[in-house]
Amino acid sequence: MVEVLGKEEHEGMEAVGGEGKVVKWLAEIPADEYVLKGNSACAGCTAMIALRYALKASRATGRKTLLLVGACCMVVCEGVYPNTAYNVPTLDTAFACTASMASGVEAALKSFGRRDVNVIAFAGDGGTVDIGIQALSGAVERGHNFLYVCYDNEAYCNTGMQRSGATPPCARTTTTPGGKREKKKDVPRIMAAHGIPYVATACPSYPIDLYEKFKRAFSIEGPKYIHILTPCPVSWRFPTSKGVEMGKLAVRTGMWTLYEVEHGVFRLSPPSRRVVLRGDVVPVEKYLRAQGRFNGITDEEVERIQKMVYQELEWFKEAAARRKLW
Amino acid sequence: MQEEEVFVTGNEAVARAVKLAKPNVIAAYPITPQTEIVEVLARYVESGELKSEYIHVESEHSAMAACIGAASMGARVFTATSSHGFLYMCEMIFWASIARLPIVMANVNRALGPGWNIWADLKDAMSHRDAGWIQFYTASVQEAYDTTLMAFRIAEDQRVMLPTMVNLEGFVLSHVMQPLRLVDEAEYDRFLPPVRIPHALNFERPHTLGTLISPEHNYLVQYDNNRCMRAADDVIAEVEREFERMSGRRYGAVMKYRCDDAETLVIAMGTLAKEAEVACDSLREKGEKIGVLRLRQLRPFPKAFLEEVKRLTAERFIIIDRAYSSGYGGILAEEVKAKLYDLGLKKEVKSIIAGLGGQDVPHEALEKMFMDKRGGEVWFGV
Repeated sequence: MVEVLGKEEHEGMEAVGGEGKVVKWLAEIPADEYVLKGNSACAGCTAMIALRYALKASRATGRKTLLLVGACCMVVCEGVYPNTAYNVPTLDTAFACTASMASGVEAALKSFGRRDVNVIAFAGDGGTVDIGIQALSGAVERGHNFLYVCYDNEAYCNTGMQRSGATPPCARTTTTPGGKREKKKDVPRIMAAHGIPYVATACPSYPIDLYEKFKRAFSIEGPKYIHILTPCPVSWRFPTSKGVEMGKLAVRTGMWTLYEVEHGVFRLSPPSRRVVLRGDVVPVEKYLRAQGRFNGITDEEVERIQKMVYQELEWFKEAAARRKLW
Repeated sequence: MQEEEVFVTGNEAVARAVKLAKPNVIAAYPITPQTEIVEVLARYVESGELKSEYIHVESEHSAMAACIGAASMGARVFTATSSHGFLYMCEMIFWASIARLPIVMANVNRALGPGWNIWADLKDAMSHRDAGWIQFYTASVQEAYDTTLMAFRIAEDQRVMLPTMVNLEGFVLSHVMQPLRLVDEAEYDRFLPPVRIPHALNFERPHTLGTLISPEHNYLVQYDNNRCMRAADDVIAEVEREFERMSGRRYGAVMKYRCDDAETLVIAMGTLAKEAEVACDSLREKGEKIGVLRLRQLRPFPKAFLEEVKRLTAERFIIIDRAYSSGYGGILAEEVKAKLYDLGLKKEVKSIIAGLGGQDVPHEALEKMFMDKRGGEVWFGV
């Protein structure tokens, strides 16, 4: 379908100042595991890959990790009391308050004079773009030193795939049986508009890019936001072995663009450069037809989404030229 | 040498108490009539007099969430709210008690909308009597100060580890200035040991707070909460005795006013109980044997109340409520009636619903209602 992980991924990636060199191969990523075996993630879960690399990257900074998990799949993946699959101190939060609880954690650490901790708040798209956006907006506006990660499976997948603000147009969910009519809410751009020091988009199909973005985020003081597209085999209805390919297709079709905004400077990430800058775009139909959630989509709808993607890519091309997202 | 007596509002008194407790983190959102508490605290923090991390949250839900986050790290925390803000943080209020976090909150009681009303009403807090928080209701500026000072010690006691709420009624207490005798900082430092939350997150032995919990464990969490709430009753009495040794001021779960030979016993909370005391004095002059039993502590429902009721000989009970459970009755009245049943006592009970939404309740009116021998439920003004 799409070529396997290759050189394209890290080509042109810049090293993070003071944080060591860019890893070239997966084998260079620390072998320590903080997501333990026996966790209750579904087969083929790509969100778990994102969490796994977040915790590895945090470890690589030499600092401690404090993880907050919103009400989402990643709480279920911990397993059931008295067990937990996460080998870092972890605070599970209510749905709307992952970012505000993280504010409290960060303030407490500050009060204790501890500067050796990476605070990571991990929440799904429902908990981020819908119910939690107020707490998130407030927390980043206040400038807390933490990383907020939204792993985006484009629906309320934990409750059985209901429509969220992040669901793409035409996707069938249990609450949009005829397909969603509206666009996907673009929270990374909303976060960038807050003027915070670091915003990035990522996808676990490009683990080195993902890992380097975590590392970069941890090297920056203040609020950081990473939005990760995590294809969900259960809700998107594709075979569990195809998660990585589905993420690659999302990027190659331009349905998902990888970039960073660091201190206001916009930078396309290597996997998206060929798509945005060179126009090397896979037709969106390939992506849509590969997933059960788009079953029944009409040719006109495919055409409409294709147009929307071209508009987006044009927008990113301009952003790349002026090196500013806004 | 610090001044020993000042003349301040209820709100400032609470802020002064919090300053002595030196919380690691304060997270609060302004709402009338609580605003002065968060303003005064912000001033203390900005001037450096108080070394707390002050989080200017964007909502009350986030205020309590931030308190929970900080307390989960082992921090001493404080927040203050009122009315709609209180209800807006509702989810987190329950979360705090189930998580067994010793968060201290001042709630400036105010009516609920629609029909914006900023005046005193206890429905905000009393409708949350099942939230698993220790609840105090205060009746003077001094008491709001002293109770806040004690609240940190009670909440953080290893036998308790429960969030604690200090209620003071909007305007009639929050904005009224009264003389306030201050507690010496060094003495209070001895009174309040450093906070230690045994289940706080740490990096030495990582654990997870709040994982999925199955039916075979969940009820045990709830049982544990109740067990500690019951234990809190004795701890509170112990802390009140120790506070008396430090300050010379005596508090109890129930405060008796001319009760011992009373034939009629008025039971009330907060400032309405104080108003009832004035009415009581006047009626005593007219030869009526009447007394006022003021409940300071609604949760845990105090054993001391039951003991007093058993001991006192009054046959007629008048219960004043500034909060109502629609379709049922005055909240305090119904709680007292249930306890009388437990004790096997049959008393004549009159329930007065008064002061809702800041309705003015002068002591003369109370006097009249006390003398009206009819029982049942009476709504003042209706």
